[in-house]
Amino acid sequence: MSSVSLKKDGLDEKGEPLSFYQLEEHHHPEGSSTMLGFWMYLMSDCLIFAVLFAAYGVLGTSYAGGPTPKEIFELPLVAVNTAMLLFSSITYGFAMLSMEEGRQRIMQMWLAFTGLFGLAFLSIEMYEFATLIHEGAGPTRSAFLSSFFTLVGTHGLHVTMGFIWLVTLMVQVQKHGLIAANKRRLMCLSMFWHFLDVIWIGVFTFVYLMGSLR
Amino acid sequence: MTDRPATAHDAHADHAHDDHGHGDDHASHGTRKSYLKGFFLSVILTAIPFWAVMTGAFKDPSTAALVIMLFAVIQIVVHMIYFLHMNGKSENGWTMMALIFTIILVVITLSGSIWVMYHLNTNMMPMQAAVDM
Repeated sequence: MSSVSLKKDGLDEKGEPLSFYQLEEHHHPEGSSTMLGFWMYLMSDCLIFAVLFAAYGVLGTSYAGGPTPKEIFELPLVAVNTAMLLFSSITYGFAMLSMEEGRQRIMQMWLAFTGLFGLAFLSIEMYEFATLIHEGAGPTRSAFLSSFFTLVGTHGLHVTMGFIWLVTLMVQVQKHGLIAANKRRLMCLSMFWHFLDVIWIGVFTFVYLMGSLR
Repeated sequence: MTDRPATAHDAHADHAHDDHGHGDDHASHGTRKSYLKGFFLSVILTAIPFWAVMTGAFKDPSTAALVIMLFAVIQIVVHMIYFLHMNGKSENGWTMMALIFTIILVVITLSGSIWVMYHLNTNMMPMQAAVDM
């Protein structure tokens, strides 16, 4: 910069106006930063779950004379639920492989399987929540149950949103085919879906298994 | 002055273009084999802690808690590698940087909350003692 000899009229040696910054932004192809941006969203979502986990960690032993985790958690049911989420992860993986091979119908089939496993997961969780509330172990019973319903319920809400997103994308692909925009959306949902599975590892370990040990 | 920014800009533009080339397939490094490998690893890493807790294989609860937490951490890493295709290279390493930053925040939040609240609970005056006074 110091080598530039400023003339009074603000022009350089060639007579062009001096510019000290780039006037035009680089060309960014559409969607080139979507994946990184979506990853940033997932990381911030991860922090939401971290605070909910922290709240559960703090309040998880405040039973207020009510039921303890050991009394109300049904581990076989949780194991089935975990299996549903794991199966949905592998079927989504297969859907992504079919997408790369450009085989739309097979991809749609795998996506449908993913949706069904997701729905099975949600149904089992709904059944579990309904049973708990029916037994008098609802979210208002104790601080432990409040934090439990908040944490597990937030995860369940995410899966519900993922399911709605999945159905939407299946309709989109049916209508417009495997265009670049749809592929990008499917890759975002793939990250979202696998991310929810990672959160569930924390839930079943920290909440269900460790709760049953106490 | 006029030449140097121009070359720098071109180099940057080429670089950005290369990035985009990678960006197209960066989230899809998986193969059928790697997905199946990740799946079987997760099944094993899920089944062992469930089996250990449901059968009461460990006598000492704190040993059991440590073991199942270790399994959870391993399984999270497996999911990150085989399902989320994490590596240090995607998006010029920014996904990894964001992940490391998030992990640091999660550890501070979790350990800080539990530590502070545990001490608060143990140092709190018992209700009966307060009534007696």
